[in-house]
Amino acid sequence: MTNITEKLELFEVFVRSKRGLDHKHVGSLHAEDHEQALEYARDCYTRRSEGVSIWVVKSADICASQEDDADCFYDPSDDKPYRHATYYVLPDPVNNM
Amino acid sequence: MSDQIKDAIQEYATRLGDDSVVLGHRISEWVSYGPFLEEDIAYGNVSLDYIGRARMFYTYAAELANDGRDEDDFAYMRNDREYRNLLLMEMPKGDFAYSQVRQLFADVYYTLLLPELLQSKDETLSAIAAKAIKETKYHLRRSRDWVLRLGDGTEESHKRTQKAVDQLWGYTHELFDMDDTEQLLADEGIGVDVSKLRDAWLKMVSDILTEATLTVPEDSWAVRGGRTGYHTENLGHMLTEMQIVHRSHPGCKW
Repeated sequence: MTNITEKLELFEVFVRSKRGLDHKHVGSLHAEDHEQALEYARDCYTRRSEGVSIWVVKSADICASQEDDADCFYDPSDDKPYRHATYYVLPDPVNNM
Repeated sequence: MSDQIKDAIQEYATRLGDDSVVLGHRISEWVSYGPFLEEDIAYGNVSLDYIGRARMFYTYAAELANDGRDEDDFAYMRNDREYRNLLLMEMPKGDFAYSQVRQLFADVYYTLLLPELLQSKDETLSAIAAKAIKETKYHLRRSRDWVLRLGDGTEESHKRTQKAVDQLWGYTHELFDMDDTEQLLADEGIGVDVSKLRDAWLKMVSDILTEATLTVPEDSWAVRGGRTGYHTENLGHMLTEMQIVHRSHPGCKW
């Protein structure tokens, strides 16, 4: 089995559970090409009526942020409270916003 | 409904149920032996579709028989000589190419048969067809895809797929045979005249085989007998395995 899966490509599967909702990542699978990946996604992830639409994307095509980048990616936001709406004092006449 | 027609429908539903349960069981033999995990799950789903279809046909046959038997009695308490499935369905699972070629032959057959059965004057048969059509559309997509991949794949996969086509071809003629029972139902607008489906089947299958770089065999031999209970030696062995639990523990639930 390992020999065969090594020759197959890895795909990430996204399923939209209902019209109007967005596609959510549900898992990954092996397949030979996009078309087969779509069929397997149907069989592996939607057989209990979980979805109305499926996307499959080659895992290799996803560019992911790295753990090592965390400090330069996210830390700089920590000391910039003015990027949050709650930072601003509302004038009294505005009750709710 | 006259008794003659009623008996004929019961026989017809049993035949269609037998085709479904036997093919469904053969496919289930791939579970945990699939070439890789995803295909294992996918093909297992197809098996369940067929077994579900068999349940609907058997339940209807049992209702018409009205002799206390239920769907399980039809599936588990009849021996091979009482089974009326087409021989194609009972052939062993073979290698993966063999199973996919058989699947293609069956899927194209149902692609043509079910829309006709949908038109049946019998509401139950028509309703079963309506459900099965959607499943078959997906089944054919899969088996067609596999035959194209394997036929037009490596030298080894091409060789095995062609061998499967040649070995199974002689069992496909029976798919289009009519007997008195089926003719009666076809004349009544209840059953399907399968003899009229052969040309379309041949066209669809030939197109797919040709696209898969495979050769369509000559019609040099044909084996028949499933509809009269004369089976290959394969069915008895299969039923032994399929029926052992039910026969050893009658009425057992788990």
